[in-house]
Amino acid sequence: MRGREPVMVGERSTGAVIGRIIVYSILIVAALYFLIPFFVMAMTSLKTMNDIRTGNLISFPREFTLDAWGKAWSSACTGINCEGVKGYFLNSVQMVIPAVIISTLIGAVNGYVFSKWRFKGSETIFSFLLLGCFIPFQIILLPMSQTLGVLRIGQSIFGLIFVHIVYGLPFTSLFFRNFYVTIPDEIIKAAKIDGAGFFKIFWKIILPVSLPIFVVAIIWQTTQIWNDFLFGVAFSGSDSQPITVALNNLVNTSTGVKEYNVDMAAAIIAGLPTLIVYIVAGKYFLRGLTAGAVKG
Amino acid sequence: MQIPMRNKLQNPGILHRIENFLPKLVVIPTIAVAAVFIYGFIGWTTYISFTDSRLLPKYELVGFHQYVRLFTNFNLFPPESRWSVAVVNLLIFSVLFIVLCIIIGLLLAIFLDQRIRGEGFFRTIYLYPMALSFIVTGAAWRWILNPDLGIERLIQQLGFGDFTFRWLVDSNMAIYTIVIAAVWQSSGFVLALFLAGLRGIDDSIIKAAKVDGASLPRIYLRIVIPSLRPVFLSAVIILLHISIKSFDLVMVLTRGGPGFSTDMPATFMYAFAFNRGSLAFGAASAVIMFLAVMAIIIPYLYSELRGTRNAR
Repeated sequence: MRGREPVMVGERSTGAVIGRIIVYSILIVAALYFLIPFFVMAMTSLKTMNDIRTGNLISFPREFTLDAWGKAWSSACTGINCEGVKGYFLNSVQMVIPAVIISTLIGAVNGYVFSKWRFKGSETIFSFLLLGCFIPFQIILLPMSQTLGVLRIGQSIFGLIFVHIVYGLPFTSLFFRNFYVTIPDEIIKAAKIDGAGFFKIFWKIILPVSLPIFVVAIIWQTTQIWNDFLFGVAFSGSDSQPITVALNNLVNTSTGVKEYNVDMAAAIIAGLPTLIVYIVAGKYFLRGLTAGAVKG
Repeated sequence: MQIPMRNKLQNPGILHRIENFLPKLVVIPTIAVAAVFIYGFIGWTTYISFTDSRLLPKYELVGFHQYVRLFTNFNLFPPESRWSVAVVNLLIFSVLFIVLCIIIGLLLAIFLDQRIRGEGFFRTIYLYPMALSFIVTGAAWRWILNPDLGIERLIQQLGFGDFTFRWLVDSNMAIYTIVIAAVWQSSGFVLALFLAGLRGIDDSIIKAAKVDGASLPRIYLRIVIPSLRPVFLSAVIILLHISIKSFDLVMVLTRGGPGFSTDMPATFMYAFAFNRGSLAFGAASAVIMFLAVMAIIIPYLYSELRGTRNAR
């Protein structure tokens, strides 16, 4: 993000000082705009329902309680089940880990081939693969649900893992290819002359420098798959729903008294893993975002 | 790297030929997967859209019947059929979503580009909603916009006793609640795009303009913002792409309701294909969505790829 010196508003005159104050005020107001919804979620999740009915969105809880968190985790009703979001959270974990690992590894090898072992037509094949990043998934929803049924992995976590691998591959291949293109071809050529083969070059030369792009790809895939709702709602059964589907069912349930504190606790639970990833590895998160969004 | 004397490439043996085939062998599974699960499936959905499939797929063709159904009573202002409601909602949503995200993103990027102390801190705050799913975002805003206990209650308690804010349950206004939540989630991302663009501008042009006595707002309007044109294009394409695909936020905030007043093409497709047992009709709407996305993405990708090739 650093490249050139940022532009300064004027020199150190009174006008400039006022200008600085205005700039900082706007930035702080904007920060509040982004933070307040999370603050509201957190406050609401720590209130009792009685507190919610008498207070307002930004009022502090009169008594802090973690009851809503406990209920959200282990006894809230999402649809017919009343066992909280715990099981669905674990479903998401079980879905994300294998899907991310497999799609990233295959993507790395694909990227290696499409950048360093180009063959006749490989560029064309790659651009056809790339198009998979942009299709609206509605166009594959129906045949995929038929296919999962035929493969007998419909309504299961296996099915979801499969789907996320398949439609993650265009992205991971793109990430790795664009990264490997920047490694000079001369190094590869020299290694070939040295007698190193396809896998040896990958193992000894490419992989050791690949850590940053692995981080980018893993973060991108983890966020995408953890946050997915469309595949989750279309392809999961009642016992294989990911956390996003469970949260949607929870906040949309119309039976019984609405417990907004439980809703908000569940929402924070559902958002926490990706939020932590963002806070810990923000730089890589952003890089994936800008690379994965549309860049070719 | 040392270059040794002997050169293995000069005596190709069987091992070498296998070695040559290896790269292709390694990508064949991915190519096969893409051929079936991307292109084959697009073909299948398109085929089904020309049949009369209801609950189960049928393979006798009935021509453009489903598309005719989709565009019967297709009147946008005022919208009459459910599909035209979905299309109008998409238009309203995407225009507001794109314009607001770009305004907020561009302004914040310009302000952040003024040698701000704690820039990283501000950036982290502006961007964290991008890490949250649309479902979490929607759950939060569904509560904030709650017709009784949400913003309405807050403003009432601040002393405006007769304040009402019930957009979430108002079929004329509910679509705007989706815009509000979506802009909150995505504007930080647009900011990041613009900030990267600003950092790429050559400083000397701006310094020269300053020497010439141009005022700062003028420099931004005349020099800086016009030079960000490629960033504008990327931002619009990305946001338009998000708009056409928007599904999650609608489902969690309004479920397409009240009635089907906040239906969008993606929720329309889902409703008909999965809940109402009209496979062919749902497939036809999916094909329209697909064509819309391709009409935007293919020219863009084409120009991007050509651009980078020329640059090399």
